[in-house]
Amino acid sequence: MSIPAAYAMRIYKLFRGEILVLPGRTVVVLFCLVLLVLPAVTSQPFTLRVLILASIFAIFAASWDLLSGFTGQVNFGHALFFGVAAYMAALLNMNLGLAPWATIPIGALAAVVAGLAIGVPCLRLRGVYLSFATLAFPLILAGVVLAIPSITGGELGVYGIDPLSKSRVVTYYITIPSMMVLGFIMWKIADSKTGLIFHAIREDEVTARASGINTTRYKLLAFCLSGFFAGIAGGLYAHFLMGAGPSTLELALSFQVIIWAVFGGIATIYGPIAGVFILYPLTEFVLTRYLGELQEARMLILAFIVLLVLLFMPQGITTWLRDRTEKVCPRCKLRNVATRKTCRVCMAELD
Amino acid sequence: MAESIIVNGLVTSGVYALLAVGFSLIFGVARIVNLAHTAFYMLAAYLIYSLAITVGLNLPLSIVLAIAIVTTVGTISYKFIIARVRQHEATTLIVTIALAIIIQEAILMGFGGDPRSVPKLISGATEIFGVAVLNQQLLTLGVVLLLLLGTWAFLMKTRLGVAIRATAQDREVANLMGMDVPRIEMVTMAISVAFAAIAGALIAPLFVLTPGMWMHPLVMILAVVVLGGLGSIKGSFVAAFILGFAETLVVFLAPSGAFLRTSVALTIMLVVILIRPQGLFGIVFEEER
Repeated sequence: MSIPAAYAMRIYKLFRGEILVLPGRTVVVLFCLVLLVLPAVTSQPFTLRVLILASIFAIFAASWDLLSGFTGQVNFGHALFFGVAAYMAALLNMNLGLAPWATIPIGALAAVVAGLAIGVPCLRLRGVYLSFATLAFPLILAGVVLAIPSITGGELGVYGIDPLSKSRVVTYYITIPSMMVLGFIMWKIADSKTGLIFHAIREDEVTARASGINTTRYKLLAFCLSGFFAGIAGGLYAHFLMGAGPSTLELALSFQVIIWAVFGGIATIYGPIAGVFILYPLTEFVLTRYLGELQEARMLILAFIVLLVLLFMPQGITTWLRDRTEKVCPRCKLRNVATRKTCRVCMAELD
Repeated sequence: MAESIIVNGLVTSGVYALLAVGFSLIFGVARIVNLAHTAFYMLAAYLIYSLAITVGLNLPLSIVLAIAIVTTVGTISYKFIIARVRQHEATTLIVTIALAIIIQEAILMGFGGDPRSVPKLISGATEIFGVAVLNQQLLTLGVVLLLLLGTWAFLMKTRLGVAIRATAQDREVANLMGMDVPRIEMVTMAISVAFAAIAGALIAPLFVLTPGMWMHPLVMILAVVVLGGLGSIKGSFVAAFILGFAETLVVFLAPSGAFLRTSVALTIMLVVILIRPQGLFGIVFEEER
């Protein structure tokens, strides 16, 4: 057998053994493929715009999950990271003329600094105290931004910066793969030893500390990682809309990200991404286009949908689906399709 | 200047105190973070507007009706919506936010986004130490003080009040002592929402009504309960006055104060909880993890 054929065989085996065995993973791969070939089918600017924004918000919602779903530090002020990075990217581009590929990482680093700035004081707080304290940060910054219009443009914001690309399709092929790659990295982080420690901190911080884990360091790490990914989302958003305004720091955005994440299912990473890709196109696309007369009621309908779904699936939509299609092996803790009688690796009986 | 700062500061702080006490009551007893709390306050204000102006009832009757309706709505939404998901903390948050958005959007559809105003319950002004104070403002302050004193007496002296405090301290033991915990939680929710409704009735004639008016007080009462210490009524009261006055001072004295009022109040809250993480009058529950 030739070497390329051997590699192809190996990739095919990996694909069968790691992805096709679980319906959830198959759906994710199909979803990515559909997103990647979509511009070939339709190049309507509006459809692409909705999907680009959905992918940006998906990064943002997943970063909330990394901090709040996994580590349990429920952040009510996640818009801070988004807004700091968006303003940073916009101001750097506006004043120094840096290109988007430079401003977005610098904006994300600014968001990491913001993560440290709220992480350090919040180390002493826990539970709802932490949530209510984090709520304050973006609002304080929003007040400052509005009070110095000479630098930040006040209520109008910083507008007229460079777009990601002149073409909508190219922009689509920047944001959608970034969402996939960053989502995969976050999922891998959550799946690693670090992710396990994040879980432990959420479940019982005192016990985690008693087991020799430096919880302070890991909590700060969670704030920084989450800030970094949210910052990339903020930078992409600023360059896509060609500007950053005070709406990126609003309370509504902080709450919106929690709605997306909890609707999708927290502590999963893919849950918040699914939440955004269900809810955001639903508001922007289906409800806006087909409601006609009832246009004004779309937020009302959306809130009702969220309420009803959560009443019947309190842990979010993906967690509900996962629990029905997959079983955890009692011996090796690996996930299996619900139809299997024995575990796919250790052959233990599944109940 | 100084006198309008004092009068406005007292009214704002009084309303925050009323809202924060209701919010921390239901949090203390049922551990529910009710983010729809100020939406109920807005609902009450708009109901008064529609009953008094659109339907044409007289003002006192429409106020009483509005408070009764909002309390019923709040209790029903607790019983059938919030109580069903309360073991999932994050889901409770979203469900209450969704409730608040539903109320906001319903109001937006019913009344539009234009600012509305409600006539004053009592008109005229009284001169106190040479300062003209609107009678409505005096009424607001009087009602706030009476209600807060009444709550204190209710919690300290009555059987139900003792049961509520017991449930707040330890749900399971209260249940073992024969208290009907679900019923106590529902009564607390009713009281809490009634407080929000009364606060709405009190400010409706003083402020303009807009469908977004619930956001700012929500932020402020979250800051107030953290600053005062969660579950401490005395703390909520003191913190409401600190933050209410800080806000009023900034609005009146600082340049571009309207933008900075929330920032300054929230910064004060942050500085205090950095020094005292449990808030001014909070108690640290070490065993509660």
